[in-house]
Amino acid sequence: MSIKNLERRKFDTLVIGAGGGGLRSALQLAEADAHVAVVSKVFPTRSHTVAAQGGMNAALANVLPDNWHWHMYDTIKGSDYLGDQDAIEYMCRSAAHLVYELEHQGVPFSRMDSGKIYQRPFGGQSQNFGGEQAARTCAAADRTGHAILHTLYQQNIRAKTHFFDEYFAIDLIKDKDGFILGALVLEIETGEPLLIEAKTTLLATGGAGQLFRTNTNAHINTGDGLAMALRAGLPLQDMEFFQFHPTGLAGKGMLITEGARGEGGYLVNKDGERFMERYAPHAKDLASRDVVSRAIATEVREGRGCGVNADHVMLKLDHLGRDVLYKRLPGICDLSKTFMHIDPAEEPIPVFPTAHYTMGGIPTNRFGQVVVPVDQGEESIPGLYAVGECACVSVHGANRLGGNSLLDIVVFGRAAGNDIKKYLKTNRHHRLIDEKSVEQALAHLKRWDEPVGDGSESVNELRAELQKTMEDYCSVFRTEEILQQGLDKVLSLEQRMKNVRIQDQSKVFNTARIEAMELENLVDLAVATVKSALERKESRGAHSRIDYPDRDDVSWLKHSLYYKEGHRMDYKPVTLKPLSVDSFPPKPRVY
Amino acid sequence: MLFPGNLAMDETRLRWQCRRGMLELDLMLESFVEKRYFDLPVKTKKAFHQLLNCQDQILLDYLMGQDVPTDKDVADVAKQIRDAAGPGN
Repeated sequence: MSIKNLERRKFDTLVIGAGGGGLRSALQLAEADAHVAVVSKVFPTRSHTVAAQGGMNAALANVLPDNWHWHMYDTIKGSDYLGDQDAIEYMCRSAAHLVYELEHQGVPFSRMDSGKIYQRPFGGQSQNFGGEQAARTCAAADRTGHAILHTLYQQNIRAKTHFFDEYFAIDLIKDKDGFILGALVLEIETGEPLLIEAKTTLLATGGAGQLFRTNTNAHINTGDGLAMALRAGLPLQDMEFFQFHPTGLAGKGMLITEGARGEGGYLVNKDGERFMERYAPHAKDLASRDVVSRAIATEVREGRGCGVNADHVMLKLDHLGRDVLYKRLPGICDLSKTFMHIDPAEEPIPVFPTAHYTMGGIPTNRFGQVVVPVDQGEESIPGLYAVGECACVSVHGANRLGGNSLLDIVVFGRAAGNDIKKYLKTNRHHRLIDEKSVEQALAHLKRWDEPVGDGSESVNELRAELQKTMEDYCSVFRTEEILQQGLDKVLSLEQRMKNVRIQDQSKVFNTARIEAMELENLVDLAVATVKSALERKESRGAHSRIDYPDRDDVSWLKHSLYYKEGHRMDYKPVTLKPLSVDSFPPKPRVY
Repeated sequence: MLFPGNLAMDETRLRWQCRRGMLELDLMLESFVEKRYFDLPVKTKKAFHQLLNCQDQILLDYLMGQDVPTDKDVADVAKQIRDAAGPGN
């Protein structure tokens, strides 16, 4: 494909990714008569938002007393004070309005007998700034993400958003003045590239859970938008913060809820020892997530793991009795029987910590604008926006609270949509496309069309090695030595990517080519994650260093920024000043 | 819809349709295509295509046995997928 024959389309806004964040932005724009394109590598309603079961936080005070200020406090404390307080205030203040808006758009939130929206209590929620448990999570039964995603998709169809289903985004197009002018995308069915020129481009491609061997994410979560930002010369923020859950189904990744241990289940190693008694003598199996995760990883590292490969521990539930188990934990029983062929009433379940959520991402402000540091402040990249898990706004800081991710995507999806509307008013015409940038993007794609590389490496093998490396060297057990070894290994994988050659050179539905580009993205993000983790010499939220066990606000109350060029690190301050209320100064995070 | 009943669709297209929004579905569908699909009779293949057209959450209910498709052939293939999922897959 030469640049002369390249098919081109023009839109006001290009949205890359069709999860809740992308669709909420697209809707805001399409309803304002903007000409909007949404590109999605799978059919839109198969985006990962569909998997969010828990719900969406908003201080409606329908079940227990509540207000947005308490929600703000909980989110800042949950973030281990790394969250930006202006963005957190904005999110918590907007929440109630956006729940009602979703309800009016068609989301069937569960209700109480009074007719009001039902709200469930989740971990980390409190009344009156750290007091009694709050009940803040609105849910549509156990399928809130599904309900939100389908509602937003249908609303977009009504508003005439243009969907490019099964198109894979290759690279952003930018000009010499730094404006982002759209992206080169690939139609998976035909294998033909398409240049989508846009006055504004919004990245909403979700997280990168596929970095780790054991993870809860759908296979599509390969962090494509984050890697596109890196290749465009932009930094990624706070990539060392990746949320893990201690009990994922070993070798599969799906979550076994904490409820299993709450009901009396406990963990054992290969000797049948209830090892949590050594790590947390009081809380034992109900210690905090990071403590339990690290204890499991330590047991495995020290050779006390179970199974042929000694790579997991066991969650014992059979002592609870069949009746109790099937009544109180039916979902876990189904999951275990289906995927492990194990009946938890008779045998223990193999478990291992599982990667769940990418707190870091493309740095943005609360308007969804992508921002980079300049001198003592920062400035936005003209024409570029990011929202949702691929962005770092940062409302989750070092640790995300349950129920805040669905809220994040609708709040900042809408905010970005509103800001793009303003941008379009003052930038009415398409800028002249920079053909050199297009050529670079085409060359990137062409690399996989031609027999470049000696073919000594395969995509499947390298991906497996990358995921295993990330699990062994950058998951819940982090020290200087381990992270340095991990960095050496991912840098070596980065070099070995050059030897990958894909055998299938056909055009139509050549998924081998897509998988090669997804791996390319994951390798870049692996380097970003390990490098950022190696440099942050403290423990904060999800980033837990054995050799630096304490939070260090003097040296490390700041955001990390990683650049691909030269694997360079930079830092920027945390915004401690909210919009309208007093700041919450850092204090010990005790629950 | 995505599968109008055309059995001539190529293998890679089919595999891409097994990429869903939930890990559970990815694991079950991808493994089923890898190990069982190509040996199935035409009628069962068609039922599998019908199943792939379902919304993710509904598909999950079918494959986890929490709901049963009304079409008998689709229900049979959903059960086959569930039975084929397991530790070795």
